Amino acid sequence: MKVVAELKKSLIVSVWFMFLTFPIMGIRVNTIEKIVEWRWRNIFIIGIGSFIISFVWRYLLERNRKQAEAKKGSQSWGRLILEEPKFYKPALTAVALFALVFPFIFSSYQTNIMTTALMYVMLGLGLNVVVGLAGLLDLGYVAFYAVGAYSYALINYHFGLGFWTVLPVGALLAAFFGILLGFPVLRLRGDYLAIVTLGFGEIIRLILENWNEFSFGPSGIAHIPRPGLMGIDLTLNESIIYLYYLMILFCLLTIFIINRLQDSRIGRAWIALREDEVACQAMGIDKTKTKLTAFALGATWAGMVGVIFAAKTTFVNPASFTFLESAMILSIVVLGGMGSIVGVFIAALILILSPEYLRAFSNYRMLLFGAVMVLMMVFRPQGIVPKVRRIYKL
Amino acid sequence: MDYFFELLLGGLTRGSIYALIALGYTMVYGIIELINFAHGEIYMIGAFTALIVASILTMAGMTGFSVLLLAAVVAVIYSAAYGFTVEKIAYKPLRQAPRLSPLISAIGMSIFLQNYVLIAQTSDFLPFPSLIPELPFLESYSHIIGPAEFFIVATTALVTIILTLFIKFTKIGKAMRATAQDRNMAMLTGVNVNKVISNTFIIGSALAAVGGVLIASHIGRINFYIGFIAGIKAFTAAVLGGIGSIPGAVLGGLVLGWTESFATGYVSSDYEDVFAFLLLVLILIFRPAGLLGRSPIQKV
Repeated sequence: MKVVAELKKSLIVSVWFMFLTFPIMGIRVNTIEKIVEWRWRNIFIIGIGSFIISFVWRYLLERNRKQAEAKKGSQSWGRLILEEPKFYKPALTAVALFALVFPFIFSSYQTNIMTTALMYVMLGLGLNVVVGLAGLLDLGYVAFYAVGAYSYALINYHFGLGFWTVLPVGALLAAFFGILLGFPVLRLRGDYLAIVTLGFGEIIRLILENWNEFSFGPSGIAHIPRPGLMGIDLTLNESIIYLYYLMILFCLLTIFIINRLQDSRIGRAWIALREDEVACQAMGIDKTKTKLTAFALGATWAGMVGVIFAAKTTFVNPASFTFLESAMILSIVVLGGMGSIVGVFIAALILILSPEYLRAFSNYRMLLFGAVMVLMMVFRPQGIVPKVRRIYKL
Repeated sequence: MDYFFELLLGGLTRGSIYALIALGYTMVYGIIELINFAHGEIYMIGAFTALIVASILTMAGMTGFSVLLLAAVVAVIYSAAYGFTVEKIAYKPLRQAPRLSPLISAIGMSIFLQNYVLIAQTSDFLPFPSLIPELPFLESYSHIIGPAEFFIVATTALVTIILTLFIKFTKIGKAMRATAQDRNMAMLTGVNVNKVISNTFIIGSALAAVGGVLIASHIGRINFYIGFIAGIKAFTAAVLGGIGSIPGAVLGGLVLGWTESFATGYVSSDYEDVFAFLLLVLILIFRPAGLLGRSPIQKV
C-alpha cells in the first residue's frame, strides 16, 4: 500500500509542476510576428523530471529527519581526512606540490582561470569572517571589492602609483568603507542588515555607473598596469604565472591570519556574537567593537582582492560589481560551510572552475546556482565541510 | 504647478505598485519573519504569464478590457500557485532552522526563478500590449493623468480596502492575525499554522501579480529582471511603513513613490535607484521600526 501512496504523491507533484510551468515553459509568444510557439516537449520533460525528483526529495527529507533524531554520531570520510594526521599530511603535501607545478603543466589560460578561482577563495575567506564567524549577513560585499578595484584604477590613473603602493591603500580604503557602513547598521537585526548592505552595494555600483567625472561611468578604466616584480619587465605569460604565485602567497597568508584570528579573543567574540547577541553582551564583550572589526576585516580582504582584480584584468568597469557577484561569494561561503576555511576553499574551486570546464552548461549556470543554494539550505545547511566546533572536555 | 502635479501623480502611480508588492512582503514577514526575496520574482512571473495570455488572446482576435481582465485572472492564479510552491519547497523544510538559512534559501530561489524565466522565455525586453481602455471622463485632465495611472491608483485602493476587510473579518484573516501575534499560542487554540502560512503566501503572491499586470501594461515592456529591483524597492516600502503592518506598507509605498518621483523630477534622473536605497538606509538607521510600526520588545 505504501508504494501506491508514494506513487500517488509523486503523480500529484508531477501534475502540479506541469500545470505550474505550463505558461512559462510551454508557450513562447512572438508578438512582432504574431506566432505562438507551443512547446509540449518541455512540459513532458518537466512532468517526468518532477515525478522522479519528488521521490528523491522525500527520501532525502526523511533521511535528514532520521539523522537529526539519531543525533548523528557517525564520522564522515571527509572529516576523517581532515582530522587524522596520517591522512591529511600527505593530502596537503600533494595539493601543495600540485599548486606549485600547476603553471608549468597547464597553459597560461588555465593558470589564469586558477588565479581567478584563488581570488574567489580569498573573497570567500574574507566574507567568511563577516558571515560565517560573526553571523552578519552581508549582501553588499562586492561594494568593498569595487572600492579596492577602483582605488587602484583611479590612483594609478591620476598619480601613477604602482600595484604594491596601492595594495595597502586599497585595503585601507575598503576597511574605511566597511566601518562607514558598519556604524549605522550596528543596531540592525540579521535580515535588516542584509537588506541595508544590499542597498549599500547597489548605491556604490550606481554611483560608479553614473558619476562620469569621477569613475568614467559604464565604460570603465582601461590600461591598468599589472603588478611589478622589482622593476623587471615581464612578458604577458610570465606575469600571468607571477600573478598566480602571488595569489597562492596571498591565499596562504589569508588562511594563516584567519586561522589565527579564529581562536583569538576577537575570533571567539565573533562566534559568541553570532550565537547569542544578548548573552554575548552580558559576558562583557563590546558589541560595537566586535561587529566593526568583523566588518572592517572582511572589507579589507575584499579591498585587497579588488586591487589584485584590477591588476589582473587591467580593466575595471561597474558591470563587474553587481549583486550577482555578492550572491556568488555568499554562496561560496554557504556551500563550503559557514566558518570553515577548507570548505570555502573547496567551494570556491568548484563554483569558479566548474563553469569554465562545463561550457556546455553555461546557460544553466545561474539556474543551478540558485537551485544549489536552496537545496544546500534544505538538505545540508552545514555545508560541504562543516565547521568543527571546538569541544572542551572536562 | 502642472509639473508639480505631474510628479505628484507619477509618484502616486509608482507608489501604488510598490504598495501592492510591499503588501506581500509585509504579510509574510508579519507571520514567519522572513524576507521573502523571491517575492519580486513572483511579481515578474505574474507579468510574464499575463503577457503570454494577453498575446494569445489578442492574436485570437479579442480586444480591449476583457483581454486585460482575463490575463490578470490567469496571472493571479499562476502567481499564487508559484508563491504556494516556493513556500513548500524553499521555506517549509526550514521552519526550525537558524534565521540565516531561510534567507539564503530565499536568495537562491530568487536567482533560480529569474534564470528559469530567462532560459524558458528570453533575455530581451518583450513588448506588452496596451490594454488599458481610454476613460472619457478623464479627458479634460489628460495632461496630468492618463487612464493607466488612474487605473493603477484605483485598483490599488480597491485591493487594499478588500484586503483590510478580509484580514479583519474573515476566519482566515483572524487566523492570520493570531499566527502573526504568537505562532505557538495560535497552534494551541486550534489554528492550522501551516495552512495559514500557505494562505499568506497565496494572497501576497496574488497581490504581486496584480501589481505585475498593471505595471506591465503601463510601462509596456517587461523582461526577466524587473522583479529584482521592484522587489527590493517594495521591501524598502514595507520597511518604511513598518514591516508587518498593512496600512504601513501602503503608506511606505506611497512615500517611496513620491520620494523617487520628486527626487528624479527636481534633482537628477540618473540616481533614481540611489534615492530609494538611500531612503531605505536612512529609515533603518533612524527609525528601524518604520513609520507605523512598533519596535518589538526583546525578551530574553
